[in-house]
Amino acid sequence: MTGQQKRAPYLMAAPAVILFTVFIVVPIGYAIWLSLHAMRVRGAGFGIRTEVFIGLENYLEAIQDSALYEAMQRMLGYGVIMVPATMGLALLFALLLDAPRVGGKRASRITIFLPYAVPGVIASLLWGFIYLPAVSPISAALEGAGLPAADFFGDVSIFFSVANIAVWGSVGFNMVVLYTTLRAIPKELYEAARIDGATEWRIALRIKVPLLRPALTMTSVFTLIGMLQVFSEPATLRPMTNAISQDWVPLMRIYQQAFVDNDIYLGAASSVLLAGATVLLSLAALAVFRTRSARSDR
Amino acid sequence: MRSPRCAPEFNPTLEIPLRRRTFLLSSAATLLLAGCGTGDPGSDAGAPAPSPVAGDENAAASLVFWSWAENIQRVVDLWNKKNPTQKVTLSGQAASDELIAKFLTAVKAGNAPDVLQAEYQSLPTLITNNALQDLTNVIAPVKSAFPEGTWNLTSFGGATYAVPADVGPMMLFYREDLFEKLGLEVPKTWEEFGALAETVRQKDAKRYLTTFSPGDAGWVAGFAQQAGANWWSNEKEAWKVAIDDPATRKVLSFWGGLVNSGAVLGDPMYTPQWNSQMNDGTIIAWPSAVWGSGVLAGVAPSSKGKWKMAPLPQWSASENVTGFWGGSSTAVSATSKQKPQAAKFARWLSTDPEALKVLVEIGLYPAATLGQTSGGLDTAPEYMTGQPDYYESASKISQTARGFDSWGPNTNVTYGQFEDQLPTAVKNKADLAAVATKVQQASVADLKKQGYQVVGG
Repeated sequence: MTGQQKRAPYLMAAPAVILFTVFIVVPIGYAIWLSLHAMRVRGAGFGIRTEVFIGLENYLEAIQDSALYEAMQRMLGYGVIMVPATMGLALLFALLLDAPRVGGKRASRITIFLPYAVPGVIASLLWGFIYLPAVSPISAALEGAGLPAADFFGDVSIFFSVANIAVWGSVGFNMVVLYTTLRAIPKELYEAARIDGATEWRIALRIKVPLLRPALTMTSVFTLIGMLQVFSEPATLRPMTNAISQDWVPLMRIYQQAFVDNDIYLGAASSVLLAGATVLLSLAALAVFRTRSARSDR
Repeated sequence: MRSPRCAPEFNPTLEIPLRRRTFLLSSAATLLLAGCGTGDPGSDAGAPAPSPVAGDENAAASLVFWSWAENIQRVVDLWNKKNPTQKVTLSGQAASDELIAKFLTAVKAGNAPDVLQAEYQSLPTLITNNALQDLTNVIAPVKSAFPEGTWNLTSFGGATYAVPADVGPMMLFYREDLFEKLGLEVPKTWEEFGALAETVRQKDAKRYLTTFSPGDAGWVAGFAQQAGANWWSNEKEAWKVAIDDPATRKVLSFWGGLVNSGAVLGDPMYTPQWNSQMNDGTIIAWPSAVWGSGVLAGVAPSSKGKWKMAPLPQWSASENVTGFWGGSSTAVSATSKQKPQAAKFARWLSTDPEALKVLVEIGLYPAATLGQTSGGLDTAPEYMTGQPDYYESASKISQTARGFDSWGPNTNVTYGQFEDQLPTAVKNKADLAAVATKVQQASVADLKKQGYQVVGG
């Protein structure tokens, strides 16, 4: 090999490595560095704040932060609704679209997918209109029908209201992934099953769903990560209601620490903890899915 | 210039103002955000002696100005026309609490603007982060242009760090036509206000006197100022924090009583719902500040000329006092390399008669006495056609406004606490006065954590 040939692989990898370093490794490193520091005041009275090294103090505070745990509980409450609803609806729609003799497939597919193209903040603003009693068309319709008004911002209903926005926005994407996988399944399998007398219902349950497992695993992990990162929906709804506090979910708590309380150092420590939890949870989810599929392979 | 939290300009039908503008964050983005700016540990150890501004303020310059005030470009254009060698470039900012974090980061990174629009309550945070230039020696000549109480808003520990630009003395807006229709009297005291709230409910079950918006700490601070609270004072060596004081508890108990009994609403302001209720007469009064007429013009266009303004109700009939909500000042960055010119611009912006005239035209209520009495304020805002002497009354009310001795070095934490706890307390119909205790504890704990000396507790 000539010298040039030896260098080639490194040159080709360089853009990816450089981008990864600049946009992932360095910021993570800096966040960790920040999380070990804090602004502390020197001098009496008004004083001047200076950045000092404080070791793990921020982590101790973040771990003992009850608001963060309460935020996690609310996030789980939201996730219990959002994850199954998203996955269930995505699977249902994908199977329906893939069923033979279904009309208007193209239009339905686009209609279901379209909300995904609406940014989360915009979607939340739109839904906010629908939730606020004085401007809500739903409330107006209920009132017109003489029914009691719906409270979208109640203690329990708030979780459904927030989850609904996320589900509305993410079902389309997951549906498309699942549907694309379904289209790739050889048609001969269905023909064979039909010859054996299987109904469409049995084909869906016994052939399609098992073959969708890898795609279901992937979309489930995405949805779980989406749950951990929920921010824009509750943060956008917050100014409209007393039911969502500033620290409603973990990312809002971190945002509050960094940009409301102006303690970017504590925010960095909480971020590092949350990122660690995300990695662990993702790995755990993958492991669960893998053992399950290994078991069913046997 | 007015606080975004207080008075966002917005289209009542579609654009929804966020009291705290938010943007998408993933946890990776959080890390990235946390990673902006460069750390410089130890280089600024110890409090540097405040150095006065020195140099030729008429030397050629090219200044960058961060501001969020709507149409402020007009004032900048005026300056650029008159000072061709000292060009000011406006960088429009999304006004919010995050602006402070952004500015502090820019100062650390060495690319801060020369001039910054800063809300009064954020000044101590900026000063203690060593981000602002002490302007005492260059702006002292214009001190007499401002009421003393206003000047004190930007002076800390004997030094002045910014030039007051606009103020927001609080007043009561009410729907005159509906007050007349329902046979209501404009309340002179809070006691009358409370009774009136009940009367409105009895006379027309569809209407409310007002809403207590629990997520607006600046608004609550204004009420507390009127009641005589003094949340922060700097006593030589240490800070005194008095958020959990009788005045604040009185204010919170009063509103808590009204909102828990259903006499007033407890929903946030600045939502599509609030816009609609302000417009259709569901809400018939709004304790606000002088800039409130501009907000009304935006949210309730169809009730133009129907709203009137009166002094805020008093705690006792013999009193005549109000608080501040919003307002901002012009400061110079500690890292600016053109401080004399920057200070000159800041001074000009708040005191030059022509600049003041444009400030009024773009909807701001100037802090300078001259600005409150001169030309531009002869005619009432277009929206307030029912009240030709709007600014004359505003000027009188403005003389009665009182603020706190000082804003605290962690006002942002205190505000954040209020905005977190009051909405929850309203939702749960809990005792609002108890929130003062919690906010006091959290504010003091944060000060102590940062290393401040705190007296009392």
